[in-house]
Amino acid sequence: MSVNGSKPKFAMYWAASCGGCEIAVLNTNEKILDVDANFEVAFWPVAMDAKYKDVEAMEDGEITLCLFNGGMRNDENEHIARLLRRKSKILVAFGSCACEGCIPGLANFSSIEEIVDTAFTTLTTDNPNNIRPQTSYAAPEGEIHIPTLNPVLKTLDQVVDVDYYMPGCPPESPQIAAVIDLVIKVLKGEAQLPPKGSTIGAGDSTVCDECPRKRNVKLIKEFKRIQDIAPADPELCLLEQGIPCNGPATRSGCVARCPQAGAQCIGCYGPAEGVVDYGARLIAAFASVIDSDKPEEIDQILDGLVDPAGQFYRFNLAGSLLHASKAAQMSGNR
Amino acid sequence: MTEETKPFEPVIIGFTCNWCSYRAADMAGISRMKYAPNVRLIRLMCSGRLDPTFVFKAFASGADAVLISGCHPGDCHYAVQNYKALRRFLLMKRVLAPMGVEVGRLKLVWASAAEGAIFAKEVNQFVEEVRKLGPLNWNKEVGGAVAEPIKEEVAA
Amino acid sequence: MSAEEKKPKERIGVYVCHCGSNIAGVVNVAEVSKWAGEQLASEGVVVSRDYKFMCSSLGQELIQKDIKEMGLTRVVVAACSPHLHEATFRNACKGAGLNPYLCELVSIREQVSWVHTDKVAATEKAKAIISGGVARVAHHEPLEPLRVPIHPATLVVGGGIAGIQAALEIADAGFPVYLVEREPSIGGHMAQFDKTFPTLDCSACILTPKMVQVGNHPNITLLTWSEVTKVDGYVGNFVATINKRARYVNTKDCTGCGICQEKCPKKVIDDVFEAGIGYRKAVYTPFPQAVPKYPVIDRENCTYFLKGTCKACEKFCPTGAINFNQQDETISVEVGNIILATGWQLFDARRVPNYGYGRLANVFTSMEFERLSNAAGPTGGNIVLRDGHTIPKAVGIVHCVGSRDKNYNNYCSSICCMQSLKFAHLVHEKTGATVYNFYIDIRTPAKGYDEFYQRLIEEGTLFVRGKVAEVTDAARNPGEEGKLIVQVEDTLAGKQRRIPLDMVILSAGLEPRADSKAVAKIFGISCSADGWFIERHPKLDPVATMTEGVYIAGVVQGPKDIPASVAQGAAAAARVLGKIQQKEIALEPVRATINEARCSGCRICNNLCPFNAILFHEDKMVSEVNPALCQGCGTCIAACPAGAITGTGFSNEQILSQIEGLLMVNLKSLPLPVEQ
Repeated sequence: MSVNGSKPKFAMYWAASCGGCEIAVLNTNEKILDVDANFEVAFWPVAMDAKYKDVEAMEDGEITLCLFNGGMRNDENEHIARLLRRKSKILVAFGSCACEGCIPGLANFSSIEEIVDTAFTTLTTDNPNNIRPQTSYAAPEGEIHIPTLNPVLKTLDQVVDVDYYMPGCPPESPQIAAVIDLVIKVLKGEAQLPPKGSTIGAGDSTVCDECPRKRNVKLIKEFKRIQDIAPADPELCLLEQGIPCNGPATRSGCVARCPQAGAQCIGCYGPAEGVVDYGARLIAAFASVIDSDKPEEIDQILDGLVDPAGQFYRFNLAGSLLHASKAAQMSGNR
Repeated sequence: MTEETKPFEPVIIGFTCNWCSYRAADMAGISRMKYAPNVRLIRLMCSGRLDPTFVFKAFASGADAVLISGCHPGDCHYAVQNYKALRRFLLMKRVLAPMGVEVGRLKLVWASAAEGAIFAKEVNQFVEEVRKLGPLNWNKEVGGAVAEPIKEEVAA
Repeated sequence: MSAEEKKPKERIGVYVCHCGSNIAGVVNVAEVSKWAGEQLASEGVVVSRDYKFMCSSLGQELIQKDIKEMGLTRVVVAACSPHLHEATFRNACKGAGLNPYLCELVSIREQVSWVHTDKVAATEKAKAIISGGVARVAHHEPLEPLRVPIHPATLVVGGGIAGIQAALEIADAGFPVYLVEREPSIGGHMAQFDKTFPTLDCSACILTPKMVQVGNHPNITLLTWSEVTKVDGYVGNFVATINKRARYVNTKDCTGCGICQEKCPKKVIDDVFEAGIGYRKAVYTPFPQAVPKYPVIDRENCTYFLKGTCKACEKFCPTGAINFNQQDETISVEVGNIILATGWQLFDARRVPNYGYGRLANVFTSMEFERLSNAAGPTGGNIVLRDGHTIPKAVGIVHCVGSRDKNYNNYCSSICCMQSLKFAHLVHEKTGATVYNFYIDIRTPAKGYDEFYQRLIEEGTLFVRGKVAEVTDAARNPGEEGKLIVQVEDTLAGKQRRIPLDMVILSAGLEPRADSKAVAKIFGISCSADGWFIERHPKLDPVATMTEGVYIAGVVQGPKDIPASVAQGAAAAARVLGKIQQKEIALEPVRATINEARCSGCRICNNLCPFNAILFHEDKMVSEVNPALCQGCGTCIAACPAGAITGTGFSNEQILSQIEGLLMVNLKSLPLPVEQ
């Protein structure tokens, strides 16, 4: 890594995440050399050994581009989000966790008590004294602190002002490469950044736009799980075969990788442009094409959707209008 | 807990369709029928316009309950669109339940333009049902980190 | 993703109407107006006024003055229902140079002051409603109505008196009419009647001249023995698909001589025109004065179609007009407007088992009696019992059979009292029998009607006020053997009576036709819970429907007598002629649009449109909304998973803002409805 101070600074940080976004960036293969050539990588916990105090010591806005992935699960996440916001010119909510909550956001269905109890009392945890974590502990060496959990998980823009959004779980590597190219061009004065608040590294439409499967007028008489139809017709729209594919409501940009591989879209690229609530779109779309007008029959068909809330808000719960369940909202209050 | 001297008054958002249920509400008004003041109506052209986004927005913005109304099945001014509202309603209930919104907070009623009395009755009934459920108090802006540890048992 | 709140750039005027004391008596309008001016200023309100009658010219001038002097960009009026005065205030804005669609009327009368008694709660709710309107109106866009041409032809469905009247008025004015009738001849139920009340004109005598006029009219294309199966399009531009059933008679060659009917060996019970008490042949015209005169072959009863033999009609037809190979023909006609005058059917009196119809021979329905009394009917006009020759000496007429009855139809059928009095008169006149009328009320409201009732009293009719409990042949007392006994509580005398009679006539009520719901669907209109077609306004617009370009006339809108049916037929014709004269019509610009770039071609919207306004382009893999066909219901807007469909007039931004406004999300003073 060069330490030439004249190159613009680049940072990438992971909050509550799985590390997949980091892998996706590395999966741009040789493109990463362009990052190194054009930027000084100032802070990237997975790849280098910089410390928080290094970031704190920077001037405000000293980091040109910060790719921030992961959701806001605890106060450390929020603290670093605020810190990096201050220190960065361009803050990108990178990946579904930062954009909309993603899988960690599914915890918003449960109260914080349920979450902690599950983590510390299930079979895989050896906890004979039934203890729970505490945020501070007086060790002989001194007080140890660990971050405190938020009762609900928040998205990045629910905590700080975000400049751009790059959706995906993870964002597709070719899309990342394209964004890196764009930013490098912008730095060279050869291109303009899109308006603040835009979604980049993604398409203008939904997954169906990129999906090669044949589609007809939709009339669903039954919802099935994909494993119950193995093999599914590889040419025909999955939804028409009764498989609840989230493709129609999910932003394009991933070249419909999953439907092309024979699996239904589960919605990791989030809502389409201008959509207020992702799950609502799927509810409206799926309900509209059910082929029945009788309440009992409709209910029977809907029974085929085993976990509608989970299906429709798998990636988007924290970013949805309702944001978190009542149980989650009420938790942590004493 | 503060002492409540007055009974809880639900705030309910109601969606009506221009041709039947909104006119039913008008008819109730013209006939001077009296009903509870807790429902605030929004006029759509058709119950088929009802986007689940509206329902979630209403709950998230402070409504205690949502009433959806439209033409009777078979009588929709736009032929069959009220059936779409029915299907969305049934699916919405299944999504709202795990979110902690009791199914009793979302109701679907059919009322034709002449049925002012039915509209008034349904409103009154719904207000009482929601009163029993209590306020929803949906809080999107749940505060920051939990200050205290969850349980304070220290390992031996 | 949370969106940034944009600072409102609009300049909104709020006008709160007192409506005399209609609103002001319950809602504190001055407080509401002041509140709106202060609390909604952050939402863009720059002026807020209250006034006694906003719909008056002075009220409208208030708005216009503010638009001009204060540069208002949006207007919210809080008054009565938009169904009453939305057009009034839109026009006022238009007059001051503001696009009329930038004005929103919210109801605080029908929705608030007329339905709530708690004044504090009503005032707070009025504030919330205005807040919702202000939030919404900021997202309104200027719109222009869509202008479409009006085709000068009209489709009239139903050849009864209402349809005939409508067709003649339009045709006489010089415009083409397609008159479609399901039966072989026009004339409807009126052709079946004997005399009409109160004048006792012979029904056929006053009807047939109009029928002949229709048959001869150069501007009327008469399509009998036909039905409309499909209607596409929209006002000014409908395309109706009509199935012309095969008559098996070549109308170019047929002279209407009637020999085929004479020679046909197959007799069939005529349960349409003769109400089941007379016969016709398998090849028939329903009655001698039928228009058109061409007979039809009833293939379900014709010996040739059943067994392949006979063909007597073909043998004897002097012009060779019989053609057994004729096929049904499907045609399409283009019309600008449609008038539905499809009439009614008789309540099935078998549903009232205690009256014995269908079981006791001499219990007759009103329609059967009309055919008995009609000189051209199966008994030559003689009122006789079912045996065909016995003249009754005592006749009972039961009013309200199947009407005014929670068990059957709740409504009053309007004509049965006059009809029952008419029957009483005809029985007196033709048989000299004693006549009892069993009634609940005597309803004789129109011109000459009550005088007719008085005449019947003078003629010696016996009136018994009471709902008949039973018509039976089970004799209990001497003098009842072999008779029909009517068991009734005579409420004026205060006692139960058993009255022995020879004949009982049931004035069965009028009902919508059995297929009225299906017919309504074809034409895109609605039926009420009773099954009558729904008018646009029961007081002020009884012949228009909620669907532009489709009108209703006659009993199809609700039970009524002949003069009222004629008046409605003429009224519908006048409306249609008015539209045709204008040559084009302005359609409300509330409709959907698909953003081609955002559309992914998922096709989820494709079968959601009952007006077939959504097309799918295979080449571009996108869907598109045809704005002329779109009726603006918004279902596709709500369904599109990509959010690619937007709609004017009821957009997402408008409604989501209205929700926030109604719940006072952005305002500090949250209203709380107070207990009742």
